[in-house]
Amino acid sequence: MIARLLEGVPRRGLAMLAALLALLLVFPQFASGYLLAIGFLILYFAFVGQAWNIMMGFAGQLSLGHSLYVGLGAYAAAALYVHFGLSPWVGLGASIGVCALAGAVIGFLAFRFGVSGVYFAILTIAFAEFARIGFDHFAWVRGSSGLFLPVANYIENDLWNLRGSPRMFYYLMLGLAAGAFVLCHALLRSRVGYYWLAIRESPEAAQALGINLFRYKMFAVVLSAAMTSLAGVVFAFYYNNLFPEQIFHISRSIELILGPIIGGIGTLVGPLVGALLLTGLAEGLGELLLALGVDVPGVKQVFYGVCLLLVVMFLPDGVWPPLARALGLNRKG
Amino acid sequence: MTQRINRRQFNKALAAAGAVSAFHPLGIVRAQSARLKVGVLLPRSGVQAGIGQDCHRVVQITGGILGDLGLPGLEIMNGDTESNVDVARSRAERLISEGAQLLVGAFDSGQTTAIAQVAEQRGIPLVINIAAAPPITEQGYKFVFRNFATAPMILGDAFANQLEVFAATGVAPKTAVFMHVNDTFGVAMQKGFTGVMSKFTMPYKVVDTIAYDPAARDLSVEVAKAKATGAEALVLVSRLNDAMLLTRELVKQRWSPKAILSMGPGWYEDQYLKTLGKLGDGPISFVPWYDPNKKLAKRLEAAHAKAYPDINLNTNHIYTFEALLVAADAFKRAGSADPKALADAIRATDIKDNVSTGPGIQFNAKGQNDKLKNSAIQNRDGKLVVVAPKSASNARPELPMKPYDKR
Amino acid sequence: MPAEIYLNVAASGLLTGLVYGLMALGLSVIFGVVRVVNFAHGEMMTVAMYLTLVLFGALQLDPLILLVPIAAVLFALGYLLQFGVINPFINRPEHSQFMLLVAIGLILVNLQLIVFGPDAKGIRTAYSFDSFQLGALIVDAAKVYAAGAALVVAAALFAFFRFTLLGKAIRACADNYAGARVVGLNVKHLYALTFGLGAACVGAAGAMLMAVIDVTPTLGPAYTLLAFVIVITGGLGSMPGALLGGLLIGLTEALGGVLFTPSAKSMFAFGLLVLVLLFRPQGILGRKAA
Repeated sequence: MIARLLEGVPRRGLAMLAALLALLLVFPQFASGYLLAIGFLILYFAFVGQAWNIMMGFAGQLSLGHSLYVGLGAYAAAALYVHFGLSPWVGLGASIGVCALAGAVIGFLAFRFGVSGVYFAILTIAFAEFARIGFDHFAWVRGSSGLFLPVANYIENDLWNLRGSPRMFYYLMLGLAAGAFVLCHALLRSRVGYYWLAIRESPEAAQALGINLFRYKMFAVVLSAAMTSLAGVVFAFYYNNLFPEQIFHISRSIELILGPIIGGIGTLVGPLVGALLLTGLAEGLGELLLALGVDVPGVKQVFYGVCLLLVVMFLPDGVWPPLARALGLNRKG
Repeated sequence: MTQRINRRQFNKALAAAGAVSAFHPLGIVRAQSARLKVGVLLPRSGVQAGIGQDCHRVVQITGGILGDLGLPGLEIMNGDTESNVDVARSRAERLISEGAQLLVGAFDSGQTTAIAQVAEQRGIPLVINIAAAPPITEQGYKFVFRNFATAPMILGDAFANQLEVFAATGVAPKTAVFMHVNDTFGVAMQKGFTGVMSKFTMPYKVVDTIAYDPAARDLSVEVAKAKATGAEALVLVSRLNDAMLLTRELVKQRWSPKAILSMGPGWYEDQYLKTLGKLGDGPISFVPWYDPNKKLAKRLEAAHAKAYPDINLNTNHIYTFEALLVAADAFKRAGSADPKALADAIRATDIKDNVSTGPGIQFNAKGQNDKLKNSAIQNRDGKLVVVAPKSASNARPELPMKPYDKR
Repeated sequence: MPAEIYLNVAASGLLTGLVYGLMALGLSVIFGVVRVVNFAHGEMMTVAMYLTLVLFGALQLDPLILLVPIAAVLFALGYLLQFGVINPFINRPEHSQFMLLVAIGLILVNLQLIVFGPDAKGIRTAYSFDSFQLGALIVDAAKVYAAGAALVVAAALFAFFRFTLLGKAIRACADNYAGARVVGLNVKHLYALTFGLGAACVGAAGAMLMAVIDVTPTLGPAYTLLAFVIVITGGLGSMPGALLGGLLIGLTEALGGVLFTPSAKSMFAFGLLVLVLLFRPQGILGRKAA
């Protein structure tokens, strides 16, 4: 099976991936607390961007309300932990279930009723907003006063209850991001992947060939939702507090899609490159302004916006395709 | 001046340099070896930028005052949390990596919780300036301290002060409608409301509770509902924007309650007073405030007025100042910047000459200052006067409120 | 609950809805013709609001008078934005357009934060606190004037598209891009003109709204969302639809707030949106897509 996964991947690409993985594994050894926090964020956005990418890049559905799944996943696992002491490894079953259901409902409503393009995007925003306001009034998860997870200690790493040092969370996130990467690669190689490609390129032709559009689009949506829920679970246990206003907010939805769009939609490496670039850019700009002695709030975001603007205008397919060409990897993703 | 120079040798150099700094325009001690590096985390951009920037104002003038008191200098390292929990956490890590020995922040309960975890993990003390969610000091943290009232504390003092005000003015409303913003603070207050109220014999009955969206652009529906109850008093928890919107609606819908009793921000803020002018007089706010009769409060007021003549001294300034005061005081007593020593010193804090209302600054075993008292302030002629508790007041309360159409 | 409260609340909702409708009208024009998803719509409105603030401070003119120069300025800005920056994105996938406008929105919001600071700023006109009383009905005077102005501007726009040559040319572009080019219309210029017109609508709405609410730098995104909800509910490419959508959303939120809890009133607007998307995606007054 591994051989099948590796077949056709340029040697160079494999070597680079291996090197990257090695680097990521030893990173915590020499990283300061700050760099470790940044590393976690990059992997988080790489993972969640990859999950979103499945819906967008592989099935062509623009979801602007993905924070819905992060929030649902987070709240499901966190509430079970707070009320029943259930370990997040058990709780994540509920998270995945709830999100898969939500994704299925949205997908069903959209595909059966023919809602696509911008309209689908607005539909996803509506659902996320619905959740935001709804959870604000949901007493079992403490509504807008926030759900706080009891914090025990930071000395020992309790992997079962996800209580522990930032390092533990870093490796957890690395595992998730790497797992998502391999899963997407395998999917793209499989029959499902080719059906998705067909659906994306020409839905009518695909349908004419007998591909069940509805089933495969639903699969992409549900998978994307389920994967995103895992990010929510980690988020809940890393930050130990959840507020509907913040976790379901549209700015979070936008934040998590910046990576894959900048990196390259539909590509495998895109979300990772995007996450690296964006987080690096944000922190780098902050450092630059600090060094220049500029302490005006808002300046960093203006520069960040300008950079985004430039990338969108001049690199329409994202950063990864030209980068891949430059590195001599002539396969996309 | 001579008294200060006679202090222990250990503090001589510090005190002298501190006296010099009092005249230095920026108030930051320069020629000093032992300064405490304090990371100040505030939301200076993003949705909460207004409050973060307001808190930041007092940071600029603190150095001078602390020096005057003979306290060691603080090297302030600023961090902008951008009103975002991810950024708050990474900023906190960044400041610690750059050598911050103590953290102060961060107004928002969610961001403060994230920073508290970093502080606890790295064993760096965090002194919370403002954040009212009770759970933060219920987590068993050893390095997190909060010198700010929790929602139940604010509620308790609010009712006590209201009774005082009713007694002093002879006006006691029989019915009240409770409106609150549906965010962390508003809901926390609403949850505790009935429970805390039952401990006091309040003259009024709450006939309806109306919650509204913090992002509301239009509050006409809410005010219409409130007016329809016919209540004599409007009790509320709101934010600045809502306070202005609500007042405008009250005027437009022609409803002048006998009393407006606010238990949160908004109704006393500069923007409110400036924008509404005469129409802004009358509401009484039951909030964490300063004691105008305390020496240090007067000094802070003067310094603040000099640096920012158009801005009233308010909760944001007071508690941010006190957080830095706690830091400097603990540093002096600990004698070193070792985090464990600092944390122990903070836990043993006992500052009687402080700024906020109450017996002073002390922390209980959970790191909470549970002795804080809250005051009642009233808008009068475009200014603020402290009307309760009597021992910490500088004016008498006035009720009922003058009807809006008669102004 | 007394009956008059429903009456007052409904009246207030309808009036506010008209102003929202004008703002959404701008989006309907832009989206309906140029097919650009303007996710910086609300941010453009806050630019207009801040402009009103500055001009009011300098000239002391009523915002309803100021709406003319402000609409003109926003027109110019919109034209330049479309011609210079957005035009290449018309045929690009939605997510690219979205990204572009999100970036523009981000820059606008933070520039406003830097220049004006984070505090809410408002203007006080002679009628800021006035209300009209007709029996049991009390209506906010500022809202009445703003709603009236919104109707006037909407009528003017409607007349432009129906009766002028330029208006017809723009409608031709919307209906049939290729055909328009074949006939020799300068589509790029017309698109820029349309974007400018949409921006002018937003500018006028912003000026009017300043008479009613205060502006903060982060006000934009909420209005962008609202504009989309209204446009989709009312019907894309239909101008009366945008106004109707505005009225409907204003009314729904108001009544929802009174009947249930006000803090959840936005949910009703979203609920309505979902229903429209599912059962009548072209909107109430929209034409079915060809």
